[in-house]
Amino acid sequence: MPHPAREPLQQVKQRRDAALRALADGIPYAQYLGISFDRRGDELTAVLPFDNKLIGNPMLPALHGGVTAAFLEVAAIVGLSWSYLWEDMESGALSLESLEAGDLPRLPKTIDFTVDYLRSGLPRDSYARAKVTRSGRRYASVHVEAWQDNRDRPHAQATGHFMMPARG
Amino acid sequence: MAHDKNDFARQFIEAIPHSKELGMKVTLIENGEAEITMPYDKRFVGDPKTGVIHGGAVSALMDTCGGTAVISHPDVPGPTATIDLRIDYMRAATPGQGITARATCYHVTRSVAFVRATAYDEDFDRPVATATGAFTVDRSNKS
Repeated sequence: MPHPAREPLQQVKQRRDAALRALADGIPYAQYLGISFDRRGDELTAVLPFDNKLIGNPMLPALHGGVTAAFLEVAAIVGLSWSYLWEDMESGALSLESLEAGDLPRLPKTIDFTVDYLRSGLPRDSYARAKVTRSGRRYASVHVEAWQDNRDRPHAQATGHFMMPARG
Repeated sequence: MAHDKNDFARQFIEAIPHSKELGMKVTLIENGEAEITMPYDKRFVGDPKTGVIHGGAVSALMDTCGGTAVISHPDVPGPTATIDLRIDYMRAATPGQGITARATCYHVTRSVAFVRATAYDEDFDRPVATATGAFTVDRSNKS
């Protein structure tokens, strides 16, 4: 039996990176905050580089709690979208051309989002990873953690519930 | 006295870099109650297909408004920080309309202040989101 033709590595990477870029760059507020995503295989790390406009307490100084909440929520939404886009992308059901032309997949909608502030956010870069705890046809539950210098000392964590977009 | 504290708080909040960025204006600050408005801005959109403001920007507004309600409470002597904040999204805010958040600090203990908040667009009969939160009370610097 002949082996199925294997796609060149470069092509696979290009497709995955383009899909991720289309997804993350398609959210104006994430762009405004300066959030980008680092991808290793299917694992995503959200990155929020420090900027003065993100300060909430100039005396300490510390990141604005709302910035941290927004960062966690963006990481959760992109992480959740990524998990269900992955399959379509790998099967080829999702066309790169239409993605790049701005035809974005519909995003999940936040039902509720609860943030725990564990430490004050220091004036430096933040990172976040989301874990889709449960993903059903209509609802999903996502947990997300954010840290700065030390992965084992998160400065915030959150749990959110999301309404899944209708699958077409 | 209370007026001095509130005027100072209003100036302080409107001077916070990120609050300034989002265009927040304190329209009420008194006895544990606060109201803050934020204009519609395309930069803060979550989904370009609909033009609806991102939940994160609403979170930033709710968090600021909650903290403002806490420091305006007569039993709270100094600054505060958010311990946790839960936001429930009732519906998408209407694109093009500003958001107004109203927060009440309804209970204060030695070390914790409890807050409820609601966010509206121009339709004050149908909230966009509600929030509950706990904030720290700092009594280390009693004056």
